Amino acid sequence: MRFGHKTGSVTEELALVSPSKLSIEKVSKSFRSRAGTVLALDKVSLNVAEAEFVCIVGASGCGKSTLLNIIAGLEKPDSGTVLADGKPVTAPGRERLVMFQEPALFPWLDVLGNVLFPLKLKPNLTKKDRRDVAKYYLELVDLTRFERANIHELSGGMKQRVALARALAPNPRVLLMDEPFAALDALTREQLYGDLQRIWKSRRKTIVFVTHNVREAVCLGDRVLLFSPHPGRVQEEFIIDLPRPRDLNSVELATYASRITHALKSGAQSEAGTAK
Amino acid sequence: MKRFLLAFLFFAILIALWDLAFRAKIWSPVLLPAPQQVADYLKTTATDGTLLNATVITMRRLLIGYVIGLVGGLPLGLLTARWTLFHDTIGTLALGLQTLPSVCWVPLALLWFGQTEAAMLFVVVMGTLWSVVIATDTGVRHVPPIYRRAALTMGSKRLHIWLKVILPAALPFIVSGMKQGWAFAWRSLMAAEIFVTILTGFGLGQLLHYGRELSAMEQVIGVMLVIVVIGLLADKILFSPVERFLHRRWGTNP
Repeated sequence: MRFGHKTGSVTEELALVSPSKLSIEKVSKSFRSRAGTVLALDKVSLNVAEAEFVCIVGASGCGKSTLLNIIAGLEKPDSGTVLADGKPVTAPGRERLVMFQEPALFPWLDVLGNVLFPLKLKPNLTKKDRRDVAKYYLELVDLTRFERANIHELSGGMKQRVALARALAPNPRVLLMDEPFAALDALTREQLYGDLQRIWKSRRKTIVFVTHNVREAVCLGDRVLLFSPHPGRVQEEFIIDLPRPRDLNSVELATYASRITHALKSGAQSEAGTAK
Repeated sequence: MKRFLLAFLFFAILIALWDLAFRAKIWSPVLLPAPQQVADYLKTTATDGTLLNATVITMRRLLIGYVIGLVGGLPLGLLTARWTLFHDTIGTLALGLQTLPSVCWVPLALLWFGQTEAAMLFVVVMGTLWSVVIATDTGVRHVPPIYRRAALTMGSKRLHIWLKVILPAALPFIVSGMKQGWAFAWRSLMAAEIFVTILTGFGLGQLLHYGRELSAMEQVIGVMLVIVVIGLLADKILFSPVERFLHRRWGTNP
């Protein structure tokens, strides 16, 4: 196996791993459709520092999800490269875990079984280690009481928390989040922003978070990248210099959000202008 | 308890009506025996071992054929779901043969295998196999692609994905296919046993057949009752626990 030692232990497994540095270099991707070829991403380049929380904001169809899938290794770019710690990404793997908009939890397993799923794919762990690790993360998302519950018995917010625990369980270096809270109600979402910030602080991950919700992006990100569509590219970059944990309803946050929303709208208008 | 009592009452009334019809002499007693006569027949054959013997022989044929059908059908269904080549060839064949009532295999089995156990087995396998192939194929095609993508990012690959993600995700479909396969196998075996008298074993179907030959209506009805009870028990013992598990996990209506 990749690791020198024969047996892992829970402490070793739960120890912080160094988060990855990502560099995306001139990534292009186009899709063929009936209307012709659509350039989803046009030579997109960006760097994400170790343990940085980057949010990508843009209108739907601007290629931001495609970029996330390429970073995950689920899709291949037509040209350009994605480097994680200097090594090219060619296939999906548990170093970079993805959280989707749907929880994508497996209905044939209970809550604990779902969190155990990625751990069972990790070598060098005993059965007990895996259970201990899974329980640790269930506690982190505050769902210990529900470890034996079936997936359909959970609320939408609880499902996403299980999905978060499942994504964190194999201790990835990067967390890729594709509008994970878009389908939740406002109250639940706000609670999850708090959870995510707390977990990000304690587990130190590099996070790329895709969303169309500007306030969400400002609340979570160190940096917010504004994506413009047709072809998808980084239009503008905003450094969010606010202390954490951030309050979604604070004036400072709203100021940032309105600036970004303004930029988003002007981008959309110029887009409409060129279309005419 | 109340549900049980109501069901019990329902069947008691049914038997009472039957008895009433017998006593009213609407039909000749040769055509409609009394419930008591059928009960006597079942009691005699149960004590002298005839009934048990026939049941064991029938169930052995059914189970062996059914297991062969399952073991063959599952991988074939996975193949047709995975590769277009298999879907266009084996998939089409399965779809065609599944529409064929399984009784239609009996003449062919008789000419190929003669009056042998192999003929029986062949009919049962044909009854099971194609339903299972089609159900597995359909089940796999209904698995949401997001499950596969999620598993991929967690480091699951090829065979692991098929065994630990796609197969369990398709389980509700596969189980209903297995149930249908069981029903087809059961029907076709009865048809085969009625048609084919073979010396290697005397199953329930043959008992039914001789009931007719002897115009022994109490035997005909008695054996039919046994067949119905076996069908009910198979459902309750074999499939109900699995279905209850699926309903509980998936949150579908029980």
